[in-house]
Amino acid sequence: MGSLIALYGTSMLRDSDRHKLFSRRATMLAGGKMLLLSALVGRMYYLQVIDSKRYATLAEENRISLRLLPPPRGSIIDRFGKPMAVNRQNYRVVMNAESVQDAERMLDVLGDIIKIGGGERRRILREFQHKRSFVPVTLRENLNWDEVARVEVNAPDLPGVTIDVGQSRYYPNAYETAHILGYVAAVSGKERRGDPLLELPGFRVGKTGIEKTHDLALRGAGGRSQVEVNALGRVIRELERLEGLPGAEVGLTIDLGLQTMVSRRLKGKSAAVVVLDTHNGDVLAMVSTPSFDPNAFNKGFSAEEWKNLISDSRAPLTNKTISGLYSPGSTFKMVVALAALEKKAITPMSEFFCKGYLKLGEDKFYCWKEGGHGVVALEKGIRESCDVFFYETALRTGIDRIALMARRLGFGRVLGIDLPGEQPGLMPSRGWKMSTLGSQWMQAETMLAGIGQGYMLATPLQMAVMTAQLVNGGLRIKPRLTRDIKSPFPTMEEPPFEQTKLDIDPLHLTLIRNAMHAVVNHPTGTAYKARIDKPGYEMGGKTGTVQVRRISEEEREKGVIKNKELPWKERDHALFVGYAPIKNPRYAVSVVVEHGGGGAYVAAPIARDILLEAQRRKSARRGMKRPTKRPAKRPTKRLWGEG
Amino acid sequence: MKEQGLHKTELTLKQKLWQIQWFLVLLLFTAASVGFAMLYSAGGETAGTGSLNPWASRQMIRFGLGVVMMLTVAVLDIRLWLRHAYALYLATFVMLVVIELGGFVGTGAHRWINFGVVNIQPSELMKFTMVLALARYFHGGSIDDISRPLFLLPPLLLVAAPSALVLRQPDLGTTVMLIIAGGVIFFLAGVKLWKFGALALAALVSAPIAWHFLRDYQKNRVLTFLDPERDPLGAGYHIIQSKIALGSGGLFGKGFMLGSQSHLKFLPEKQTDFIFTMLSEEFGLMGGLGLLGLYSLILVYGFAISLRCRNQFGRLVGLGVTTTFFLYMFINIAMVIGLIPVVGAPLPLVSYGGTAMVSMLFGFGLLLGVYIHRDTQIGRRGSGEEL
Repeated sequence: MGSLIALYGTSMLRDSDRHKLFSRRATMLAGGKMLLLSALVGRMYYLQVIDSKRYATLAEENRISLRLLPPPRGSIIDRFGKPMAVNRQNYRVVMNAESVQDAERMLDVLGDIIKIGGGERRRILREFQHKRSFVPVTLRENLNWDEVARVEVNAPDLPGVTIDVGQSRYYPNAYETAHILGYVAAVSGKERRGDPLLELPGFRVGKTGIEKTHDLALRGAGGRSQVEVNALGRVIRELERLEGLPGAEVGLTIDLGLQTMVSRRLKGKSAAVVVLDTHNGDVLAMVSTPSFDPNAFNKGFSAEEWKNLISDSRAPLTNKTISGLYSPGSTFKMVVALAALEKKAITPMSEFFCKGYLKLGEDKFYCWKEGGHGVVALEKGIRESCDVFFYETALRTGIDRIALMARRLGFGRVLGIDLPGEQPGLMPSRGWKMSTLGSQWMQAETMLAGIGQGYMLATPLQMAVMTAQLVNGGLRIKPRLTRDIKSPFPTMEEPPFEQTKLDIDPLHLTLIRNAMHAVVNHPTGTAYKARIDKPGYEMGGKTGTVQVRRISEEEREKGVIKNKELPWKERDHALFVGYAPIKNPRYAVSVVVEHGGGGAYVAAPIARDILLEAQRRKSARRGMKRPTKRPAKRPTKRLWGEG
Repeated sequence: MKEQGLHKTELTLKQKLWQIQWFLVLLLFTAASVGFAMLYSAGGETAGTGSLNPWASRQMIRFGLGVVMMLTVAVLDIRLWLRHAYALYLATFVMLVVIELGGFVGTGAHRWINFGVVNIQPSELMKFTMVLALARYFHGGSIDDISRPLFLLPPLLLVAAPSALVLRQPDLGTTVMLIIAGGVIFFLAGVKLWKFGALALAALVSAPIAWHFLRDYQKNRVLTFLDPERDPLGAGYHIIQSKIALGSGGLFGKGFMLGSQSHLKFLPEKQTDFIFTMLSEEFGLMGGLGLLGLYSLILVYGFAISLRCRNQFGRLVGLGVTTTFFLYMFINIAMVIGLIPVVGAPLPLVSYGGTAMVSMLFGFGLLLGVYIHRDTQIGRRGSGEEL
């Protein structure tokens, strides 16, 4: 028993040693754990108290996503309120860059569902890298219903990808109005500056035409929506919404009915027509053919379509009425006559003899009429378009006086119409030749200028403006396309039309008008066949046939080749400027048919039809009030306060 | 707790139940309830809502079953655990091997073994059976024994073998826990400090070699820990989002069920490994400190019970369990607040997960048992008489 106790004793002793050691070590362990625990507490304090603000901001950034709300683009209407450019619904697939991590993979998945081309794919990946994260990237536009449904069904496999209903521009009278309205297209890298709206997917800006001129007003102001999103980019709820301002409605001076009629009349021709209101310069119709489909710029062209469009020698993309440059030809004779009358180089009674040509030194200058017109005074000179008469008149007047008168009437300078791309044309003078070509002005050149050829270049718009000013009593007009802009922007209103006189002797103007009346209504007038018989609707005007090739002496002897036998490119341009009605002319028109042939046979009948239609439609009337409905509901929060 | 000396009379069941530290049980219940609340919040589809499904209700049932098991473990004679320590260790080890040969594969690592009704994660069990085995081994050795290097070889193997297996799974978190918990028992048993130093030095030297053997994702985790911004959408995403959620919680949090980061799914794994983040986002620093305080109280109980125990086995088991509990907690919290790399470790008693909860409660059952049998004299092999 004793030994047992002893054994127990030693055992107890041993155990108490172990216990002591254990206790010591346990204390150290506890100390270590306390140290580690305080490290946790310190770190938590740092994160949640000292750095809390930063993380709170990060959490908000995580949670809150700012979305831009594109405003609806303003519509464009004609002078009677008919829509010319509107918005249509457009379904598109967009991707939220911030919630898509692997765009390549996502595109692979999406590519199995809807078609995405290789070029598109590259564009998407490029945009994915360059856009700010909160700006979604458009994957494809103009989805049909079937595609919309397929994407929606596969939504769970496509985090961050959503269907978006946007609006796309639509031009109901696409071909007829393309050159006036221009078109909208995706923002180019250069334009992407300033307005964050420009970074929105599929946002369109005006590239030419009225769409470009009034792009800011049409665009409106973008709204903002603050939304709460989860980690997958799904919108949980909207926190705040700041409505934008819809684009302004732009009213044009165009009469859409007349515009489409003119377009149809010019079908198949390479031509340009401008119809003006002689009183105030309102452009009632402005047609350039061939045309193009501006809607296609929204959908996108195939490479081939685009190539065809640019390589077409008839330049469908160019607005020939303001960018096409032509010799005005005989339509310029009124200007020469006015300059001569003003200089008193001729009187209305001055007579010249036309024997079919005029010799200047060794050179012969031919009249268009073989055999000549005989004795010609001013009225006959214009009526029968005698070239010799105007050679003589021009020589007596001198180029500088002609140029001065031409400038007064709008040639050789930009008229300031509210469209981009207007050309100034060219009105030559001594000084001009010296400074640009470095040589002396030749008398022969004055003679050519006398019949509107040579260096001279003018746009159909300039010809129409000239005509309008000749017949409206000598009032200066500035052509314009914009009637009004229903816009919240204060500076967009055009200054009211001011009537100023051109300071041309009214007597001279009357002479010219009578002669232009005779051109169409006198049996010997060059455009007699194209006259308007309907009483009260008669027109006056002036034909022009512009040579685009040189006719050699040799050819003259053999007989000038008929236009129809020439290749299209070498045929004459057919021109006509006209007005109607005879009493108090309200409509002025200029017609240029490229390589059309004779002005009297090709251009004059077109002008007749147009002027007749304009009068019948009363295109220039103002009585019709345009509808005044606001394009969209007023915003709840205004970006521009109302005081 | 009067000195009873060596009582040879066995305690009755009633006495044992009376001896259970019911306050500790209450603390455990409180910690688990924090978990229920967070899982309820995590179950909500959107901010401001919560749901018992899919997590909170199942967690409650598991906890209930776990508590019953814990009390059973507690009242069983502690010598029984000593006697069967090696057998239990062996059984768990076999399960780990079985998993190596082909268990249920989930979440990129095979850690589960399918027992028909329940999936068991043997690596979780191993944390406690290893403690039992080591405690038994050191219980049988005197201070002199412990100073003999050869005596330390078998327990080293007891730690190294499962660690290597678990590392192969691969489960870095559990490996680290096994090694540290094993080390702590060595330390408590009285192994000389210089030996730890030597081992640490050896580890440091072999670290580059170990690095070579790490899987790519594990390397990534370490690198990401060192610089979370390195890959904000990839491997660093977890920790960045966790810090954002935690930091934005501030002092008092965003309110129960109102954690935007958690509810908007920015926070990954919010019901398991990142539940502490969610707690801190919704209840702020105060909520986090509250839970830490609760944990600290439990730790204090663990230490007090172990120090009070009059047999080495009980002491080692008590602090072994306590240390494992501490490691769970520390690794998890340090991970979610960005102190250490992201290793998979649940927050004990709070994170959603069956095996971790059950094995943790098994551990606490042992701890309670240690207290009940604090004065039981245990022989080398688990009998009262034999020394």
